Amino acid sequence: MMDRNYFELFSLPVSFEIDISALSERYQDLQRSFHPDRFTNATDRERRLSMQQASMINEAYQTLKDPLKRSQYLLSLKDIDVSSESNTVMDTTFLMQQMELREALDDIMVASEPLLALEKFTSDIEAQIKELIVKLQSYFSDNTDDSLSQAAALSLQLQFLYRLREEAEDREEALL
Amino acid sequence: MALLQISEPGEATAPHQHRLAVGIDLGTTNSLVATVKSGEALTLADEDGQHLLPSVVQYQKDNIVVGLEAKKVEATDPHNTISSVKRFMGRGFSDIKTESHGYEIIETKSVPRIRTIAGDVSAVEVSSQILANLKTRAEESLGGELQGAVITVPAYFDDAQRQATKDAAKLAGLKVLRLLNEPTAAAVAYGLDTGSEGVHAIYDLGGGTFDISILRLNKGVFEVLATAGDSALGGDDMDRAIAMWMAEQAGISLNDAYLSRRMMDEARRAKEALTDADSVELMVNLSDSKTWQATLDKQQFNQLIDGLIKKTLLPCKRALRDAGVTIEEVNDVVMVGGSTRVPRVREKVAEFFAKPPLVDIDPDKVVAVGAAIQADALVGNKPDDDMLLLDVNPLSLGIETMGGLVEKVIPRNTTIPVARAQEFTTFKDGQTAMAVHVLQGERELVDDCRSLARFELRDIPPMVAGAARIMVTFQVDADGLLEVTAKEQTSGAEASVQVKPSYGLEDNEIERMLRENVEHAKEDVDARKLREQQVEADRVLEAINAALTEDADALLSGEERATIEASLKALQQARENESAAKIKYAIELADKATADFAAMRMDASINKALSGHTLDEFK
Repeated sequence: MMDRNYFELFSLPVSFEIDISALSERYQDLQRSFHPDRFTNATDRERRLSMQQASMINEAYQTLKDPLKRSQYLLSLKDIDVSSESNTVMDTTFLMQQMELREALDDIMVASEPLLALEKFTSDIEAQIKELIVKLQSYFSDNTDDSLSQAAALSLQLQFLYRLREEAEDREEALL
Repeated sequence: MALLQISEPGEATAPHQHRLAVGIDLGTTNSLVATVKSGEALTLADEDGQHLLPSVVQYQKDNIVVGLEAKKVEATDPHNTISSVKRFMGRGFSDIKTESHGYEIIETKSVPRIRTIAGDVSAVEVSSQILANLKTRAEESLGGELQGAVITVPAYFDDAQRQATKDAAKLAGLKVLRLLNEPTAAAVAYGLDTGSEGVHAIYDLGGGTFDISILRLNKGVFEVLATAGDSALGGDDMDRAIAMWMAEQAGISLNDAYLSRRMMDEARRAKEALTDADSVELMVNLSDSKTWQATLDKQQFNQLIDGLIKKTLLPCKRALRDAGVTIEEVNDVVMVGGSTRVPRVREKVAEFFAKPPLVDIDPDKVVAVGAAIQADALVGNKPDDDMLLLDVNPLSLGIETMGGLVEKVIPRNTTIPVARAQEFTTFKDGQTAMAVHVLQGERELVDDCRSLARFELRDIPPMVAGAARIMVTFQVDADGLLEVTAKEQTSGAEASVQVKPSYGLEDNEIERMLRENVEHAKEDVDARKLREQQVEADRVLEAINAALTEDADALLSGEERATIEASLKALQQARENESAAKIKYAIELADKATADFAAMRMDASINKALSGHTLDEFK
């Protein structure tokens, strides 16, 4: 099972576009067979094996469920490195935008209605994330060398936005 | 010599008899035991017909009293009567010394202890007394030996608290089938009762802990999407808030353990009375000659506890967010735990979720009932059952890196079991050892997280800084317990720990306490060990025989099969042989002999699961 790719594991086509309900259906079927709870009366060794399989199935499910992780995984299957170190050529407009957004986030904390402002900020980020995912979809479906390297760049941008969203959430908690 | 019985391939193994298994809700205030009898899950009563066992233990010089009788003497013997001990589980000296309680806490090398007339006792020992009491109740009521128990823990319990709970069970002579999160247990009881699919929020406010879990129920699969909470927040804190208000009104301090207990008792009574009444008369004896009286109305009470309730709503918000679920998408909110009887709590929760919470199942019993259903399934009484619980780890797990920072390896709300590996490297030229410090929590600084364990990886070959490749693997099992392994990739140097919590008990300590406990019960410790090994041997024999029946023809050569059967024969002989050590050794041999077979079986079922074909095709 270890040498199968995650898409095969869930009997799904290797693609960025994914049938989430088929994925979760298949996930539950697999866990019904391999979860350690199904092995309480087995030998220690079988229980250990079932824990490893169940861990792997969970990892695969989490990877395919999330658009960012799915995109990174797809790129890694195609041997395209998406780590930020190797991808120094970032879109400068995007980087500028990111810096501005970060400054905006700092300003929000001292604004008169920080919670309302944060809510607006977060929903803006969400909208940008959605937009990026749509773009990613088309790059992946083009499936050329050029479009895939575009997808890698977008993955990196998506990662930025995820972090920013996380930061906004942390700040919201700090305010509550 | 007994000959091994092996049934005809393809023939079902003999229908096994109903195995006795229980679910135990080890609560801060009360504990319960439940079981499934003729298909129905119910809590078991003691001789007097009481279902709730107060989680109170009184240590007398030569005797230990558990439950209601102990609770009765709380106010007159506060130093030796331990209540709400769950708050101390898996906690260090510095965590509990400041809490307001009447006990004298002793710092030791490992876990802190509470001084009593019968000696210093740890929280694990106190809890094990409660568990042992429930075990006896169950065995007497069911008329047989228990095969195992599912014990519930707050979803927000960290690794140390979980490990402590497991240790307490071990000490009480209980085989733990699974540690189950309380809200998940409640969901099982509730979900199976109503059969309602969709997204549920379980709001669980107990005596000392608060959990919120968001889960999705789909065709018997309970998938926990996220959980959050506070493992030191509950009804006790409401009592304390009232008691402090009373002390302030009366112009006294709560330093005296006896007076403090009386105040807390009165506070609890007032809280309970205010569930139905609009106001309650308070009266406390301050001394022999002085009593203090006052009235507490609902409005004042609500004001005293609003801050505490608010503290539960922030985790609700976080759990929803982590689950990726909006308030509108939550189909219903289930109330669990005695403290959800407080009308103000229901009011505020209804307001937050914008729908009236469900309160139709007894909030005290629902957790134990859910645990019993899970226990029944786990021991194999319902082989065709489709129920499956997929839970998450409540807190992020990480490792200390340079500068006292924590690098998260497994983020909170990851479905368990889970394994994650991360590569680290050396900091200095020629560095040959590396300290691995495992932490749990959400904050970035080591000092703000809970330290779970420290261990060292040695024998790293000297290299320039940054050249070594050290792979650290975190494995969290289905109980939520962590095991960490570190391995240097180029040399193969390896070190691993089953994370022994920094505030946990050493194995030899458990052994010693086991001995003392058993002596106390006038039972022979060796007899008990032998019995445990025999039960284990039977389990292994049954498991391997079942595996052979199913798959030997398809997967094993005659020679391979003969080797396994020889090891089983040896185990069967050892089992009749009255030596725990020999049985244990024979079990290990049988395990080794079946290693390849187990792996083959797993591969075969993977292929089967992936292709939807039958195992016969893989012959």
